[in-house]
Amino acid sequence: MQALYAQLLVGLINGSFYALLSLGLAVIFGMLNIINFAHGALYMMGAFCAYFLLNLAGIGYWPALILAPIVVGIFGMILERTMLQWLSGLDHLYGLLLTFGIALIVQGLFQNYFGSSGLPYAIPDELKGGINLGFMFLPIYRGWVVVFSLVVCIATWYLIEKTRLGANLRAATENPTLVRAFGINVPRMITLTYGLGVGLAALAGVLSAPINQVRPLMGADLIIVVFAVVVIGGMGSIMGSIITGFALGVIEGLTKYVYPEASNTVVFVLMVLVLLVKPTGLTGRAA
Amino acid sequence: MKNAISALLLGTALAFAAGSVAFAQDKNIKIGVLTDNSGLYSDLSGAGSTLAAQMAVEDSGMAAKGWKIDVISADHQNKPDIAVNIARQWVDVEKVDIFMDVVSSGVALAVNNLVKEKNSVMINAGAATSDLTNAQCSPNTIHWVYDTYMLANSTGQALVKAGGDTWYFLTADYAFGTALERDTTAVVVKAGAKVIGTVKHPINSPDLSSFLLQAQASKAKIIGMANAGGDTTNTIKQASEFGIVAGGQKLAGLLLFITDVHSLGLKVAQGLSFTETFYWDLNDGTRAFAKRFSVRMKSKAQPSMVQAGVYSGLLHYFKALEQLGGNPHDGAKVVAKMKEMPTDDPLFGQGSIRADGRKIHPAYLFEVKTPAESKGPWDYYKLIGTTPGDQAFRPLSESACPLVKK
Repeated sequence: MQALYAQLLVGLINGSFYALLSLGLAVIFGMLNIINFAHGALYMMGAFCAYFLLNLAGIGYWPALILAPIVVGIFGMILERTMLQWLSGLDHLYGLLLTFGIALIVQGLFQNYFGSSGLPYAIPDELKGGINLGFMFLPIYRGWVVVFSLVVCIATWYLIEKTRLGANLRAATENPTLVRAFGINVPRMITLTYGLGVGLAALAGVLSAPINQVRPLMGADLIIVVFAVVVIGGMGSIMGSIITGFALGVIEGLTKYVYPEASNTVVFVLMVLVLLVKPTGLTGRAA
Repeated sequence: MKNAISALLLGTALAFAAGSVAFAQDKNIKIGVLTDNSGLYSDLSGAGSTLAAQMAVEDSGMAAKGWKIDVISADHQNKPDIAVNIARQWVDVEKVDIFMDVVSSGVALAVNNLVKEKNSVMINAGAATSDLTNAQCSPNTIHWVYDTYMLANSTGQALVKAGGDTWYFLTADYAFGTALERDTTAVVVKAGAKVIGTVKHPINSPDLSSFLLQAQASKAKIIGMANAGGDTTNTIKQASEFGIVAGGQKLAGLLLFITDVHSLGLKVAQGLSFTETFYWDLNDGTRAFAKRFSVRMKSKAQPSMVQAGVYSGLLHYFKALEQLGGNPHDGAKVVAKMKEMPTDDPLFGQGSIRADGRKIHPAYLFEVKTPAESKGPWDYYKLIGTTPGDQAFRPLSESACPLVKK
């Protein structure tokens, strides 16, 4: 029974990465209608950015938590300005292929220079060590990841669903021409939104750097699962992707306890079941 | 009619003679380095293995003796089906004579069958499974660098001797992990230890903490990591995070490469002990090779034992071909010649190749230095024990290989 609690908690930790990443994807899909396959590569860039900040500029974990998402977010906005914006209004397939290609190029470049084994990134001193919870030894850093990503997820949800800015944004997706007529610069808003989604991916990358090795393929390993999470949660639904992210982390954790061999397939089995029963995803609206 | 028949016979005889002349003078060799160029094993094999093959060609001096040698390389992506497709094309279309490296056990076993069917040659430097020279042994395959039996034998015995009498395995869920777990279990049980549990994880898992928690809960003294590459580095890193080593359990790296230690950093990796058959800083011969190798690597990395094995294996292959006086394009014949000759090169020293295809050389037990002990990048290992070649590998008396006469 104790082991079960421990597995649930570990699942929650993994779930926070799923949630952060799928949230970014949901924001981008919901607002830009782009299936952003470059998300994994951008997540990886976030981790590398933290590594470079530390090793080239001596800038530690805490500033990196803010700087890396900004740097990678700017990179994302350049991508949007120079390439993605020309695909608006076209079939989803074009955006998917373009971003998939970008992901392969970025990963290839990083792998060419840094190999596949990865680079070390230490846990910041303030978050070293752990607490004995009785049923498990919880590393403080992992606890921090859960709390921090939960806060970020809720803040993002609040920004888009409850503020005036978010309202403008949602209106711009519904009817860009009308929103422009109100004097709002819609293309700039779209670019910033893409930057926000990308920044979330980079943030997840910085958070995961001390846990996993900083590896060029770290995003590729994760992105497929995250897409399954988004599909299960309902494409474009902000709250849906947050909740499914955490929930699937927990379900995966349980599988690792009950039948470890199936732990990397369970998410996809769930995806198939959800698609069969409710093709729009658990919280998705019909298109 | 009679004349016609004798003319035909004469013609056939001439053709045969011409054929054998061509055979004796055929000095073309095509080497195929089949490896992981993009995945989790690409640092320990990959481009470095291709470089090692090219260096072997240059150092052999074969070109000056009139040989023409080509090296080609491909990425098998650690997928047996892709590997077999490439291999088939290499033999049928590209006329590749010898397969080098072939890292990853699942891939190696699949290619092993094809190489035998096509009468080609494989010198396997990268894969671990000891089945290559046991039940699956082949007259066309030589297993050069290490295998799961040797790793288990050296590391397993040393750890049991140091008091590790209860074991829990964390195993990568494919041919290699299963073989390594099986071979290690046999060794440690024989040495008097008990295996109290095992958990299989999917290959390439970014997060292993769930499995580590199960290992932690087992209270076993030794957690045996029957995995490799990125899986092992992640296990080690996350184990230190969850306080497993601090809690008194010891991690046993059954298969670690210098590239893994480099990636982990000494702070995390210090104190780990494991077995390899090559280390760049072992003697003058290895240092000289490593120096020339690392300047040509884009990452400036020192050679891993797999890459060293590609170099050493090819040098011996060339010697055998020189003795044969030409390339017969007959895999089994070349391998038989290689087994006849003792091996000797600057990287692995003197050794031999057994009837089952097992290359014999000493195994070294290393311990990773502390950051204070290390003099700089890549100065990572302390040698703490050596198992002589004749004791390091599975004895022929226990072999299930049909090539071994008993």
